[in-house]
Amino acid sequence: MATAEANPKKIQVQRYEPESDPDKHYLNEETGLWTWLTTVDHKKIGLMYLASITFFFFVGGIMALLVRTELWTPAKTFIEANTYNQLFTLHGAIMIFLFLVPSVPAALGNFFLPLQLGAKDVAFPRLNLLSYYIYVAGAVISIVSIVSGGIDTGWTFYTPYSSTTGGAVTIMTFGVFVIGFSSILTGVNFITTIHKMRAPGLTWDKLSLFSWSLYATSIIQILATPVLAITLALVGMERILGIGIFDPAMGGDPVLYQHFFWFYSHPAVYIMIVPGFGIVSEVITTFSKKHIFGYWAIALSSLAIAFIGFLVWGHHMFVSGQASLATMVFSFLTFLVGIPTGIKMFNWTATLYKGSIKLASPLLYIFGFFFLFLVGGLTGIVLGSIALDVHLHDTYYVVAHFHFVMVGGMVMAFLAGLHYWWPKMIGRMYNETMAKIACGIIFIGFNVTFLPQFVMGSQGMPRRYFNYIEQFQSFHQISTIGSYILGFGFVMIFYYLVKSIFTGEKASPNPWGSRALEWQVNSRPPLHNFHHTPVIVNGPYDYHKPMDEFQLGLAENHNAHSDVNGAEVSVSNEEETSAE
Amino acid sequence: MDALNDLLLPPAKSTLAHQTDTLFWFVHLSSLALTIGLIAVIVYFVYKYRRKSEDEVTPLITHNNTLEVTWSVIPLILVLVVFGWGYKVFMDQQVVPDDAYEIKVTGQKWMWQFTYENGARTNGELHVPADRPIKLIMSSNDVIHSFYVPDYRLKQDVVPGQYTELWFNAKEPGESIIYCTEYCGTAHSDMLGTVVVHEQTDFKTWLAENAGGGSKPEDLAPAEWGEQLAQEYACATCHSTDGSQMTGPTWQGKFGSEEPLADGSSVTVDENYLRESILEPNAKVVQGFPAVMNTYQGQLNEEQINAIIEYIKTLK
Repeated sequence: MATAEANPKKIQVQRYEPESDPDKHYLNEETGLWTWLTTVDHKKIGLMYLASITFFFFVGGIMALLVRTELWTPAKTFIEANTYNQLFTLHGAIMIFLFLVPSVPAALGNFFLPLQLGAKDVAFPRLNLLSYYIYVAGAVISIVSIVSGGIDTGWTFYTPYSSTTGGAVTIMTFGVFVIGFSSILTGVNFITTIHKMRAPGLTWDKLSLFSWSLYATSIIQILATPVLAITLALVGMERILGIGIFDPAMGGDPVLYQHFFWFYSHPAVYIMIVPGFGIVSEVITTFSKKHIFGYWAIALSSLAIAFIGFLVWGHHMFVSGQASLATMVFSFLTFLVGIPTGIKMFNWTATLYKGSIKLASPLLYIFGFFFLFLVGGLTGIVLGSIALDVHLHDTYYVVAHFHFVMVGGMVMAFLAGLHYWWPKMIGRMYNETMAKIACGIIFIGFNVTFLPQFVMGSQGMPRRYFNYIEQFQSFHQISTIGSYILGFGFVMIFYYLVKSIFTGEKASPNPWGSRALEWQVNSRPPLHNFHHTPVIVNGPYDYHKPMDEFQLGLAENHNAHSDVNGAEVSVSNEEETSAE
Repeated sequence: MDALNDLLLPPAKSTLAHQTDTLFWFVHLSSLALTIGLIAVIVYFVYKYRRKSEDEVTPLITHNNTLEVTWSVIPLILVLVVFGWGYKVFMDQQVVPDDAYEIKVTGQKWMWQFTYENGARTNGELHVPADRPIKLIMSSNDVIHSFYVPDYRLKQDVVPGQYTELWFNAKEPGESIIYCTEYCGTAHSDMLGTVVVHEQTDFKTWLAENAGGGSKPEDLAPAEWGEQLAQEYACATCHSTDGSQMTGPTWQGKFGSEEPLADGSSVTVDENYLRESILEPNAKVVQGFPAVMNTYQGQLNEEQINAIIEYIKTLK
């Protein structure tokens, strides 16, 4: 407690032990469909997001399997070229805008950020509900566009193709435009919550690394998403009003579109992956019962990634015809953004040193993340090198690279988080053996799917190809088989997690022995999270301190019995005291 | 090493391709070493420090500044090497030698068209002399395409409304595949081409034979020449000749038939309608088909258009 001397304040505290299987919890204190639809409880909103993103994950996943099945033979296998083009477009758009971007922040973040801060809810609970409905509205608009003609532009909507092709491009871009506002509002909500809602004693140096990662993510969401909205609005204006902005036939500049698009979409990659980093820190410390190594290095590297991530968008455009000087600068900055990511990997590894490591399923998913994300990150270094990118750009190498980062990195981290927090969210344990087997299946299926794509890409197989030359057939077939294995793994997870809701063993409040604050409430948590005001004296990774020091709350002065286990602690609390 | 090279990379057929390959292997092999190293450390830790009892106490190790600096600076130096190296190779790819031979490239849905100094014109096949720098000056007639020759490790977007450049020097006579690598619609994956590298003297002969371009070869009947042109100009990418449904209407049995149009009226397919459809494709679009065809104004001369019409007439 380095800052404790700055403004010490004596507070009467007592210990509050969490109970398992409490009579009243957030799922039964208010019931009925209407209370769900109008709830402002961040936990229920988190669950609604979780259900929605799971639905879209499987929709996008089925499209991926159809795409892979079509690629079984070099020519037409079972669908037309136009259908194929629509499928890969929708797979990308759905996975990115409806699954990856909201996945960790809006589902797991919503549920656990207030719990980790010791708050009763997010700063703006109604805004939180509004974000969810905006997300649903955007999703519905996107579905309308699929039904009314579909789109075949690729998820990147490159002009002038997107401003001239048929189909429902305008409706789809409007859907993505709307979803963006959901993302912005969640970002505003989280930043405010982290600044203003921390429990007494929860100073910035005791903030969990998951919260830090959500903080960095929220900054990107607020600053980058409006640019996407502007860009899509301009595409809409070009299509509807015929104003020449990007289409050279009307005097526009198609490369300008790419600059605008990647100014959002590159930082968006970090919106997707940075919260995943937060989960890694939580899970590694919990399952090695050890203090995180390099707390500040990890916390600040998230912010560094958020900042530098804004300056590297041009690395998607090395062969677009942009100036060679711009290409050089963007390549240089791209390599800089690799450094904070590397720092995180090394710090996590060092955390394991002399730990007490238990290879439970959440940690197993994290090790899956480690390997796959390492491959994804290092192939990113390959692609950041200009001369190599000239060869590999828009080939399957790029496809494999971003699937390693997004699925191998982000989805594995998401699954780790889901398994880690499932007992707290649902109050039930899943089948641990099945979880481990599913993790293995996904890891194998993923590598079988995407490793051959690196080979194909290096040999020159371009992406978004309906027909391909026969030389690549065996690689495509291995990849397709891998995708079925991968798909089976995801279905298996869905099965045992849903099953656990009904037949799972009841979970204790803190089955992993974590020191983090979200584990010091009941499983399932009460509607308003804490019956008391939590008081924080230790950091969330202080495994050298006894558990009871992590369960303190303001003493109830009117209750004489509390004196029995009451105590007095000093906490540094400048911000909250000045705010009050 | 050669076997690995053959597995992962296409043959290197330009003077600069091996530079890309050396960098490719440097980055991949050092990445492989790092991956194996880090994974080995993790596996070792997981085994050595596995939980033996639930009451184990772990030591408090919060940070180590020396380590943090070490694992920031060493990777930084490594990536800066990769950056500088990649940039150097890229500059060699960018700076066109003064004596380069210029060829004009036009991309459009869904074919590549090449125009040479003496007016010779080819579709889908780029003819070049060996052992001489070739400079391509490229633009697009419609959407963005990308010109990619894996054997040369080169790629450059072809953008409407501006010129982009690409140069290479093919060492030996031979053939290499050209891909379009910027998604451009239905037949994107059929927008292929071939670089045909000739000996320098053979190229001169080829060029002289094709000078002017666009006049009927002596030995072909008009309909036969039309069939050839329909292939060259990628008509066949969208129009089948066997009645099957593609992006555009089939040509089989089309001549003389009555076609419903998108605006509700109808038209009899005669020479005038076919000629108009080639030069102004979107004037009368057949019902049920997208208006995506580009004009061939300025690309096909009257003699060639007549030949294609003659060919369509033969498709009963």
